Amino acid sequence: MKFTEDHEWLIADGNIITVGITEHASTSLGDVVFVELPEVGTEVEKGDEVVVIESVKAASDIEAPVDGEIVEVNSALEDEPGKVNEDPLGAAWFFKVKVADASVIDDYMDEAAYKALVE
Amino acid sequence: MSDLKSLTLDALHRELGGKMVPFAGYDMPVQYPAGVMKEHQHTRAAAGLFDVSHMGQVILRGESYEEAALALETLIPVNVAGLAEGRQRYGFFTNDQGGILDDLMFANRGDHIFVVVNAACKDQDIALLQNGLPDGVAVEVIEDRALLALQGPEAEAVLATLNPAVADMTFMDVAVLDLNGAECWISRSGYTGEDGYEISVPNEAADAFARALLADERVLPIGLGARDSLRLEAGLCLYGNDIDAGTSPVEAALTWGIQKVRRTGGARAGGFPGADRILTELDSGTDRVRVGLKPQTRAPMRDGVALFASDDAGEDGGDQIGHVTSGGFGPTVGGPVAMGYVPTAHAAPGTVLYGDVRGKRLAVEVVALPFVAANFKR
Repeated sequence: MKFTEDHEWLIADGNIITVGITEHASTSLGDVVFVELPEVGTEVEKGDEVVVIESVKAASDIEAPVDGEIVEVNSALEDEPGKVNEDPLGAAWFFKVKVADASVIDDYMDEAAYKALVE
Repeated sequence: MSDLKSLTLDALHRELGGKMVPFAGYDMPVQYPAGVMKEHQHTRAAAGLFDVSHMGQVILRGESYEEAALALETLIPVNVAGLAEGRQRYGFFTNDQGGILDDLMFANRGDHIFVVVNAACKDQDIALLQNGLPDGVAVEVIEDRALLALQGPEAEAVLATLNPAVADMTFMDVAVLDLNGAECWISRSGYTGEDGYEISVPNEAADAFARALLADERVLPIGLGARDSLRLEAGLCLYGNDIDAGTSPVEAALTWGIQKVRRTGGARAGGFPGADRILTELDSGTDRVRVGLKPQTRAPMRDGVALFASDDAGEDGGDQIGHVTSGGFGPTVGGPVAMGYVPTAHAAPGTVLYGDVRGKRLAVEVVALPFVAANFKR
Protein backbone atom coordinates (compact mmCIF):
# COMPACT_ATOMS: atom_id res chain seq x y z
CA MET A 1 0.00 0.00 0.00
CA LYS A 2 1.21 3.50 -0.91
CA PHE A 3 0.11 6.88 0.41
CA THR A 4 -0.18 10.40 -1.02
CA GLU A 5 0.32 13.70 0.77
CA ASP A 6 -3.42 14.25 0.21
CA HIS A 7 -4.12 11.31 2.54
CA GLU A 8 -5.14 8.84 -0.14
CA TRP A 9 -4.08 5.21 -0.10
CA LEU A 10 -3.27 3.27 -3.28
CA ILE A 11 -3.07 -0.47 -3.88
CA ALA A 12 -1.86 -1.90 -7.18
CA ASP A 13 -3.19 -5.16 -8.61
CA GLY A 14 -1.47 -5.57 -11.96
CA ASN A 15 -2.10 -2.24 -13.68
CA ILE A 16 -5.33 -1.50 -11.75
CA ILE A 17 -4.88 0.94 -8.85
CA THR A 18 -7.53 1.03 -6.10
CA VAL A 19 -7.85 4.41 -4.35
CA GLY A 20 -9.28 5.28 -0.93
CA ILE A 21 -8.63 7.72 1.89
CA THR A 22 -6.73 7.07 5.08
CA GLU A 23 -8.07 6.74 8.60
CA HIS A 24 -6.43 10.08 9.37
CA ALA A 25 -8.35 11.73 6.52
CA SER A 26 -11.68 10.15 7.44
CA THR A 27 -11.28 11.23 11.06
CA SER A 28 -10.41 14.81 10.08
CA LEU A 29 -13.36 15.01 7.70
CA GLY A 30 -15.84 13.98 10.38
CA ASP A 31 -19.04 12.08 9.62
CA VAL A 32 -19.29 11.66 5.84
CA VAL A 33 -22.83 12.23 4.55
CA PHE A 34 -22.43 12.36 0.76
CA VAL A 35 -20.11 10.88 -1.84
CA GLU A 36 -20.13 11.73 -5.55
CA LEU A 37 -18.17 9.30 -7.71
CA PRO A 38 -16.82 9.66 -11.26
CA GLU A 39 -18.35 7.76 -14.18
CA VAL A 40 -16.77 4.50 -15.22
CA GLY A 41 -14.86 5.06 -18.44
CA THR A 42 -13.71 8.57 -17.57
CA GLU A 43 -10.13 9.32 -18.56
CA VAL A 44 -8.50 11.21 -15.72
CA GLU A 45 -5.23 13.03 -15.30
CA LYS A 46 -3.25 13.22 -12.11
CA GLY A 47 -4.62 16.15 -10.08
CA ASP A 48 -8.15 16.04 -11.55
CA GLU A 49 -10.88 16.31 -8.92
CA VAL A 50 -12.64 12.99 -9.34
CA VAL A 51 -14.61 12.45 -6.11
CA VAL A 52 -16.59 14.88 -3.95
CA ILE A 53 -16.91 13.99 -0.28
CA GLU A 54 -19.19 15.99 1.98
CA SER A 55 -19.06 15.60 5.72
CA VAL A 56 -21.25 17.23 8.34
CA LYS A 57 -18.64 20.01 8.30
CA ALA A 58 -17.72 20.75 4.69
CA ALA A 59 -17.19 19.55 1.14
CA SER A 60 -13.81 18.31 -0.05
CA ASP A 61 -12.36 16.57 -3.11
CA ILE A 62 -10.27 13.57 -3.90
CA GLU A 63 -7.82 14.14 -6.72
CA ALA A 64 -6.75 11.45 -9.15
CA PRO A 65 -3.29 10.36 -7.94
CA VAL A 66 -2.32 9.03 -11.38
CA ASP A 67 -3.25 9.33 -15.07
CA GLY A 68 -5.56 6.59 -16.30
CA GLU A 69 -9.09 5.36 -16.94
CA ILE A 70 -11.70 4.88 -14.21
CA VAL A 71 -12.69 1.22 -14.56
CA GLU A 72 -14.80 0.69 -11.44
CA VAL A 73 -16.40 2.83 -8.71
CA ASN A 74 -17.72 1.83 -5.29
CA SER A 75 -21.39 2.76 -5.81
CA ALA A 76 -22.27 1.42 -2.35
CA LEU A 77 -20.79 4.62 -0.91
CA GLU A 78 -23.53 6.69 -2.55
CA ASP A 79 -26.14 4.96 -0.40
CA GLU A 80 -23.95 4.43 2.65
CA PRO A 81 -21.46 7.29 2.83
CA GLY A 82 -20.90 6.51 6.53
CA LYS A 83 -18.74 3.55 5.43
CA VAL A 84 -15.99 6.08 4.78
CA ASN A 85 -15.77 6.60 8.54
CA GLU A 86 -16.35 2.96 9.49
CA ASP A 87 -13.90 1.24 7.21
CA PRO A 88 -11.82 3.75 5.24
CA LEU A 89 -9.03 1.28 4.47
CA GLY A 90 -11.33 -1.54 3.40
CA ALA A 91 -14.99 -1.42 2.33
CA ALA A 92 -14.82 2.31 1.58
CA TRP A 93 -12.49 2.28 -1.41
CA PHE A 94 -13.62 4.94 -3.91
CA PHE A 95 -12.54 3.96 -7.40
CA LYS A 96 -10.22 1.80 -9.47
CA VAL A 97 -8.11 3.37 -12.17
CA LYS A 98 -6.32 1.52 -14.94
CA VAL A 99 -2.83 2.84 -15.58
CA ALA A 100 -0.33 2.17 -18.34
CA ASP A 101 2.35 1.19 -15.88
CA ALA A 102 1.77 0.44 -12.18
CA SER A 103 5.24 1.64 -11.30
CA VAL A 104 3.83 5.22 -11.38
CA ILE A 105 2.86 4.74 -7.74
CA ASP A 106 6.34 3.72 -6.62
CA ASP A 107 7.26 7.32 -5.88
CA TYR A 108 4.46 7.70 -3.32
CA MET A 109 5.11 7.21 0.39
CA ASP A 110 5.24 3.86 2.08
CA GLU A 111 3.39 3.32 5.34
CA ALA A 112 6.31 4.37 7.55
CA ALA A 113 6.79 7.63 5.65
CA TYR A 114 3.06 8.36 5.76
CA LYS A 115 2.89 7.69 9.50
CA ALA A 116 5.75 10.12 9.99
CA LEU A 117 3.81 12.73 7.99
CA VAL A 118 0.63 12.56 10.05
CA GLU A 119 2.18 12.13 13.49
CA MET B 1 -5.15 34.70 16.82
CA SER B 2 -3.60 35.88 20.07
CA ASP B 3 -6.65 38.05 20.77
CA LEU B 4 -8.93 35.00 20.89
CA LYS B 5 -10.87 34.96 24.15
CA SER B 6 -11.12 31.82 26.26
CA LEU B 7 -14.34 30.54 27.75
CA THR B 8 -14.54 30.16 31.52
CA LEU B 9 -14.83 26.40 30.94
CA ASP B 10 -11.95 26.24 28.43
CA ALA B 11 -10.00 23.68 30.49
CA LEU B 12 -13.06 21.45 30.85
CA HIS B 13 -13.69 21.48 27.09
CA ARG B 14 -10.09 20.42 26.45
CA GLU B 15 -10.30 17.74 29.14
CA LEU B 16 -13.43 16.39 27.42
CA GLY B 17 -11.51 16.18 24.14
CA GLY B 18 -13.22 19.16 22.53
CA LYS B 19 -11.80 20.26 19.18
CA MET B 20 -11.35 23.99 19.65
CA VAL B 21 -11.90 26.46 16.81
CA PRO B 22 -12.17 30.26 16.63
CA PHE B 23 -15.80 31.39 16.63
CA ALA B 24 -17.07 34.95 17.17
CA GLY B 25 -13.79 35.91 18.83
CA TYR B 26 -13.74 32.93 21.19
CA ASP B 27 -11.90 29.65 21.27
CA MET B 28 -14.90 27.27 21.17
CA PRO B 29 -15.46 23.50 21.01
CA VAL B 30 -16.83 22.61 17.56
CA GLN B 31 -17.15 18.95 18.48
CA TYR B 32 -16.10 16.37 21.05
CA PRO B 33 -14.85 12.82 20.37
CA ALA B 34 -18.41 11.54 19.79
CA GLY B 35 -18.57 13.69 16.63
CA VAL B 36 -21.24 15.98 15.19
CA MET B 37 -23.62 13.20 14.10
CA LYS B 38 -23.72 11.40 17.46
CA GLU B 39 -23.85 14.65 19.39
CA HIS B 40 -26.83 15.77 17.33
CA GLN B 41 -28.68 12.48 17.73
CA HIS B 42 -27.91 12.29 21.44
CA THR B 43 -29.42 15.74 21.98
CA ARG B 44 -32.64 14.67 20.24
CA ALA B 45 -32.75 11.36 22.15
CA ALA B 46 -31.51 12.27 25.65
CA ALA B 47 -29.73 15.49 26.72
CA GLY B 48 -26.87 17.64 25.43
CA LEU B 49 -24.87 20.23 27.32
CA PHE B 50 -23.81 23.31 25.33
CA ASP B 51 -21.47 26.08 26.46
CA VAL B 52 -22.85 29.31 25.01
CA SER B 53 -20.93 31.64 27.31
CA HIS B 54 -19.71 33.57 24.26
CA MET B 55 -23.16 35.14 24.04
CA GLY B 56 -23.79 38.53 25.64
CA GLN B 57 -25.76 38.80 28.87
CA VAL B 58 -27.12 42.24 29.72
CA ILE B 59 -29.43 43.67 32.35
CA LEU B 60 -31.54 46.75 31.59
CA ARG B 61 -32.75 48.53 34.68
CA GLY B 62 -34.99 51.59 34.99
CA GLU B 63 -37.22 52.86 37.79
CA SER B 64 -39.51 49.96 36.93
CA TYR B 65 -39.75 47.06 34.47
CA GLU B 66 -42.17 49.14 32.43
CA GLU B 67 -39.80 52.08 32.11
CA ALA B 68 -37.01 49.83 30.84
CA ALA B 69 -39.47 47.94 28.63
CA LEU B 70 -40.84 51.05 26.92
CA ALA B 71 -37.27 52.21 26.34
CA LEU B 72 -36.30 48.87 24.75
CA GLU B 73 -39.39 49.07 22.54
CA THR B 74 -37.78 52.07 20.79
CA LEU B 75 -35.10 49.66 19.48
CA ILE B 76 -37.13 46.51 18.71
CA PRO B 77 -40.54 46.01 17.03
CA VAL B 78 -41.68 43.70 19.81
CA ASN B 79 -44.11 43.91 22.73
CA VAL B 80 -41.74 44.23 25.69
CA ALA B 81 -43.99 46.14 28.08
CA GLY B 82 -46.75 43.55 27.80
CA LEU B 83 -44.55 40.60 28.71
CA ALA B 84 -45.60 39.03 32.00
CA GLU B 85 -43.17 38.76 34.89
CA GLY B 86 -41.25 35.49 34.79
CA ARG B 87 -41.58 35.15 31.01
CA GLN B 88 -39.12 35.38 28.13
CA ARG B 89 -39.70 36.47 24.53
CA TYR B 90 -37.80 36.48 21.21
CA GLY B 91 -37.02 39.77 19.49
CA PHE B 92 -34.71 41.54 17.07
CA PHE B 93 -32.97 44.89 16.87
CA THR B 94 -33.78 46.72 13.62
CA ASN B 95 -31.98 49.48 11.75
CA ASP B 96 -33.47 52.57 10.09
CA GLN B 97 -33.78 50.64 6.81
CA GLY B 98 -35.85 47.94 8.53
CA GLY B 99 -33.03 45.38 8.44
CA ILE B 100 -32.18 43.14 11.39
CA LEU B 101 -29.14 44.19 13.45
CA ASP B 102 -29.30 41.12 15.69
CA ASP B 103 -31.83 38.81 17.27
CA LEU B 104 -32.16 38.43 21.02
CA MET B 105 -34.03 36.91 23.92
CA PHE B 106 -35.34 39.13 26.70
CA ALA B 107 -37.06 38.32 29.97
CA ASN B 108 -39.21 40.18 32.46
CA ARG B 109 -37.49 39.62 35.77
CA GLY B 110 -39.79 41.76 37.88
CA ASP B 111 -37.91 45.02 38.25
CA HIS B 112 -35.57 44.66 35.25
CA ILE B 113 -35.06 43.09 31.83
CA PHE B 114 -32.52 40.33 31.26
CA VAL B 115 -31.28 40.24 27.66
CA VAL B 116 -29.18 37.64 25.81
CA VAL B 117 -27.62 38.64 22.47
CA ASN B 118 -25.40 36.92 19.90
CA ALA B 119 -21.66 36.78 20.51
CA ALA B 120 -20.66 38.22 17.15
CA CYS B 121 -22.98 41.21 17.63
CA LYS B 122 -22.65 41.85 21.32
CA ASP B 123 -20.31 44.85 21.18
CA GLN B 124 -22.58 46.49 18.61
CA ASP B 125 -25.70 45.62 20.64
CA ILE B 126 -24.29 46.92 23.90
CA ALA B 127 -23.29 50.18 22.22
CA LEU B 128 -26.77 50.37 20.68
CA LEU B 129 -28.38 49.93 24.10
CA GLN B 130 -26.01 52.39 25.79
CA ASN B 131 -26.54 55.04 23.12
CA GLY B 132 -30.16 54.31 22.26
CA LEU B 133 -31.77 54.05 25.68
CA PRO B 134 -32.52 57.11 27.83
CA ASP B 135 -30.23 58.01 30.73
CA GLY B 136 -32.75 56.68 33.23
CA VAL B 137 -32.23 53.12 31.96
CA ALA B 138 -28.95 51.56 33.07
CA VAL B 139 -27.21 49.01 30.83
CA GLU B 140 -25.34 46.49 32.94
CA VAL B 141 -23.14 44.05 31.01
CA ILE B 142 -22.83 40.76 32.86
CA GLU B 143 -19.21 39.58 32.63
CA ASP B 144 -19.07 37.28 35.65
CA ARG B 145 -21.45 34.57 34.47
CA ALA B 146 -21.17 31.63 32.10
CA LEU B 147 -24.16 30.55 30.00
CA LEU B 148 -24.89 26.87 29.50
CA ALA B 149 -27.75 25.17 27.70
CA LEU B 150 -29.09 21.73 28.56
CA GLN B 151 -31.26 20.51 25.69
CA GLY B 152 -33.20 17.38 24.87
CA PRO B 153 -36.10 15.23 26.06
CA GLU B 154 -34.19 14.19 29.22
CA ALA B 155 -33.14 17.76 30.10
CA GLU B 156 -35.95 18.24 32.59
CA ALA B 157 -35.29 14.97 34.41
CA VAL B 158 -31.55 15.66 34.57
CA LEU B 159 -31.81 19.25 35.78
CA ALA B 160 -34.52 18.31 38.27
CA THR B 161 -31.98 16.12 40.09
CA LEU B 162 -30.30 19.41 41.08
CA ASN B 163 -33.54 21.25 41.85
CA PRO B 164 -37.01 19.75 41.30
CA ALA B 165 -38.50 23.23 40.84
CA VAL B 166 -37.17 23.39 37.27
CA ALA B 167 -39.84 20.85 36.28
CA ASP B 168 -42.55 23.39 37.10
CA MET B 169 -41.29 25.81 34.45
CA THR B 170 -42.92 25.75 31.02
CA PHE B 171 -41.54 26.88 27.64
CA MET B 172 -40.20 30.45 27.84
CA ASP B 173 -40.57 30.72 31.63
CA VAL B 174 -37.65 32.23 33.53
CA ALA B 175 -36.72 31.71 37.18
CA VAL B 176 -33.88 32.31 39.61
CA LEU B 177 -33.13 29.04 41.38
CA ASP B 178 -30.33 27.40 43.30
CA LEU B 179 -28.59 24.70 41.26
CA ASN B 180 -25.66 22.82 42.76
CA GLY B 181 -25.23 25.54 45.39
CA ALA B 182 -25.15 28.49 42.99
CA GLU B 183 -27.76 31.12 42.15
CA CYS B 184 -28.71 30.39 38.56
CA TRP B 185 -30.81 32.43 36.14
CA ILE B 186 -32.76 29.84 34.23
CA SER B 187 -35.02 29.98 31.18
CA ARG B 188 -36.87 27.08 29.65
CA SER B 189 -35.77 27.65 26.08
CA GLY B 190 -33.00 26.89 23.64
CA TYR B 191 -31.78 26.73 20.07
CA THR B 192 -32.37 23.11 19.13
CA GLY B 193 -36.14 22.69 18.81
CA GLU B 194 -35.99 20.40 21.84
CA ASP B 195 -37.26 20.99 25.34
CA GLY B 196 -34.53 22.30 27.59
CA TYR B 197 -33.02 25.08 29.62
CA GLU B 198 -30.55 27.91 29.27
CA ILE B 199 -28.75 28.57 32.52
CA SER B 200 -26.70 31.61 33.51
CA VAL B 201 -24.34 30.47 36.26
CA PRO B 202 -21.68 32.44 38.18
CA ASN B 203 -18.24 31.89 36.62
CA GLU B 204 -16.80 30.45 39.82
CA ALA B 205 -19.59 27.84 40.02
CA ALA B 206 -19.68 26.96 36.31
CA ASP B 207 -17.13 24.15 36.32
CA ALA B 208 -18.73 22.26 39.22
CA PHE B 209 -22.18 22.80 37.71
CA ALA B 210 -21.15 21.51 34.27
CA ARG B 211 -19.42 18.51 35.83
CA ALA B 212 -22.52 17.73 37.91
CA LEU B 213 -24.57 17.63 34.70
CA LEU B 214 -21.97 15.62 32.77
CA ALA B 215 -21.81 13.08 35.59
CA ASP B 216 -25.34 12.11 34.62
CA GLU B 217 -25.06 9.38 32.01
CA ARG B 218 -27.93 10.90 30.04
CA VAL B 219 -25.80 13.99 29.27
CA LEU B 220 -23.12 14.42 26.59
CA PRO B 221 -21.20 17.63 25.84
CA ILE B 222 -22.22 19.09 22.48
CA GLY B 223 -20.14 21.35 20.22
CA LEU B 224 -20.94 24.11 17.76
CA GLY B 225 -21.22 21.66 14.85
CA ALA B 226 -24.26 19.87 16.25
CA ARG B 227 -25.63 23.14 17.60
CA ASP B 228 -25.82 24.31 13.99
CA SER B 229 -27.42 21.16 12.56
CA LEU B 230 -29.94 21.07 15.42
CA ARG B 231 -31.03 24.68 14.95
CA LEU B 232 -31.19 24.23 11.17
CA GLU B 233 -33.53 21.24 11.48
CA ALA B 234 -35.59 23.33 13.93
CA GLY B 235 -35.87 26.07 11.27
CA LEU B 236 -34.22 28.64 13.54
CA CYS B 237 -32.29 31.56 12.04
CA LEU B 238 -28.55 32.01 12.42
CA TYR B 239 -27.70 35.69 12.55
CA GLY B 240 -25.26 36.59 9.77
CA ASN B 241 -26.51 33.73 7.57
CA ASP B 242 -30.32 33.68 7.52
CA ILE B 243 -30.90 37.21 8.80
CA ASP B 244 -28.72 40.29 8.62
CA ALA B 245 -28.81 44.07 8.30
CA GLY B 246 -30.14 43.72 4.74
CA THR B 247 -33.09 41.44 5.56
CA SER B 248 -36.28 42.68 7.18
CA PRO B 249 -38.20 40.62 9.75
CA VAL B 250 -41.05 40.26 7.23
CA GLU B 251 -38.72 38.89 4.55
CA ALA B 252 -37.22 36.61 7.19
CA ALA B 253 -40.68 35.17 8.00
CA LEU B 254 -40.35 36.40 11.58
CA THR B 255 -43.64 38.33 11.58
CA TRP B 256 -44.82 36.13 14.48
CA GLY B 257 -42.25 38.04 16.56
CA ILE B 258 -44.01 41.37 15.96
CA GLN B 259 -47.08 41.46 18.19
CA LYS B 260 -50.28 43.31 17.22
CA VAL B 261 -49.67 46.08 19.74
CA ARG B 262 -46.62 47.24 17.71
CA ARG B 263 -48.33 46.95 14.31
CA THR B 264 -50.47 49.53 12.51
CA GLY B 265 -53.60 50.10 14.60
CA GLY B 266 -51.94 48.78 17.77
CA ALA B 267 -51.72 50.83 20.99
CA ARG B 268 -47.94 51.23 20.60
CA ALA B 269 -47.68 50.90 16.81
CA GLY B 270 -44.34 51.80 15.27
CA GLY B 271 -41.78 53.79 17.20
CA PHE B 272 -38.89 51.44 16.35
CA PRO B 273 -36.12 51.83 13.75
CA GLY B 274 -37.29 51.00 10.23
CA ALA B 275 -40.98 51.10 11.24
CA ASP B 276 -42.04 52.64 7.91
CA ARG B 277 -40.72 49.71 5.90
CA ILE B 278 -41.64 46.98 8.36
CA LEU B 279 -45.24 48.16 8.92
CA THR B 280 -45.73 48.58 5.17
CA GLU B 281 -44.38 45.09 4.51
CA LEU B 282 -46.66 43.61 7.17
CA ASP B 283 -49.60 44.96 5.18
CA SER B 284 -48.46 44.48 1.59
CA GLY B 285 -45.92 41.68 1.78
CA THR B 286 -42.40 41.45 0.37
CA ASP B 287 -40.83 40.44 -2.92
CA ARG B 288 -38.81 37.66 -1.31
CA VAL B 289 -39.15 35.50 1.76
CA ARG B 290 -37.17 32.97 3.80
CA VAL B 291 -38.32 29.39 3.24
CA GLY B 292 -37.32 25.85 4.10
CA LEU B 293 -35.57 23.99 1.28
CA LYS B 294 -35.35 20.21 0.98
CA PRO B 295 -32.76 19.08 -1.58
CA GLN B 296 -34.16 16.17 -3.59
CA THR B 297 -30.83 14.36 -3.94
CA ARG B 298 -28.38 13.39 -1.23
CA ALA B 299 -26.06 16.28 -2.07
CA PRO B 300 -26.10 18.96 0.65
CA MET B 301 -26.79 22.53 -0.51
CA ARG B 302 -24.78 24.83 1.65
CA ASP B 303 -24.88 28.53 2.33
CA GLY B 304 -24.37 30.51 -0.90
CA VAL B 305 -25.84 27.96 -3.34
CA ALA B 306 -27.65 29.86 -6.11
CA LEU B 307 -31.29 28.95 -6.79
CA PHE B 308 -32.99 28.90 -10.19
CA ALA B 309 -36.54 28.27 -11.44
CA SER B 310 -35.30 26.02 -14.25
CA ASP B 311 -33.01 23.02 -14.39
CA ASP B 312 -31.67 24.29 -17.72
CA ALA B 313 -28.16 25.59 -17.08
CA GLY B 314 -28.01 27.01 -20.63
CA GLU B 315 -29.01 30.43 -21.91
CA ASP B 316 -32.72 29.67 -21.61
CA GLY B 317 -32.41 28.68 -17.96
CA GLY B 318 -33.14 32.15 -16.66
CA ASP B 319 -31.47 34.25 -14.01
CA GLN B 320 -30.73 33.29 -10.46
CA ILE B 321 -33.86 33.87 -8.35
CA GLY B 322 -32.63 33.19 -4.84
CA HIS B 323 -29.96 31.61 -2.69
CA VAL B 324 -29.37 29.27 0.22
CA THR B 325 -28.44 30.99 3.50
CA SER B 326 -27.92 27.89 5.67
CA GLY B 327 -27.65 24.30 4.61
CA GLY B 328 -26.09 20.99 5.43
CA PHE B 329 -26.92 17.49 6.49
CA GLY B 330 -29.74 16.97 8.97
CA PRO B 331 -28.93 13.88 11.03
CA THR B 332 -32.49 13.49 12.35
CA VAL B 333 -34.00 14.07 8.90
CA GLY B 334 -31.41 11.68 7.49
CA GLY B 335 -30.65 13.88 4.50
CA PRO B 336 -29.74 17.37 3.42
CA VAL B 337 -31.75 20.35 4.70
CA ALA B 338 -31.47 24.06 3.95
CA MET B 339 -33.06 27.48 4.27
CA GLY B 340 -32.86 30.39 1.91
CA TYR B 341 -34.54 33.34 0.25
CA VAL B 342 -36.76 32.96 -2.80
CA PRO B 343 -39.21 35.27 -4.62
CA THR B 344 -42.62 35.23 -2.96
CA ALA B 345 -44.08 33.83 -6.19
CA HIS B 346 -41.89 30.73 -5.74
CA ALA B 347 -42.34 30.38 -1.99
CA ALA B 348 -45.32 28.02 -1.79
CA PRO B 349 -44.48 24.64 -0.22
CA GLY B 350 -44.18 22.05 -2.95
CA THR B 351 -42.54 24.43 -5.42
CA VAL B 352 -39.54 22.76 -7.04
CA LEU B 353 -36.48 24.93 -7.64
CA TYR B 354 -32.94 24.06 -8.70
CA GLY B 355 -29.75 24.71 -6.78
CA ASP B 356 -26.40 25.04 -8.52
CA VAL B 357 -24.09 22.51 -6.87
CA ARG B 358 -20.67 22.32 -8.52
CA GLY B 359 -22.16 23.34 -11.86
CA LYS B 360 -25.10 20.93 -11.77
CA ARG B 361 -28.66 22.09 -11.21
CA LEU B 362 -30.13 19.78 -8.59
CA ALA B 363 -33.82 19.80 -7.61
CA VAL B 364 -34.77 21.30 -4.25
CA GLU B 365 -38.32 21.56 -2.91
CA VAL B 366 -39.71 24.48 -0.95
CA VAL B 367 -41.04 23.07 2.33
CA ALA B 368 -42.66 24.37 5.50
CA LEU B 369 -40.34 24.84 8.47
CA PRO B 370 -39.32 23.27 10.79
CA PHE B 371 -37.83 20.05 9.40
CA VAL B 372 -38.13 18.43 12.83
CA ALA B 373 -41.18 19.28 14.94
CA ALA B 374 -40.50 21.25 18.10
CA ASN B 375 -40.65 19.29 21.35
CA PHE B 376 -41.32 22.10 23.83
CA LYS B 377 -43.09 21.79 27.17
CA ARG B 378 -45.87 24.33 26.74
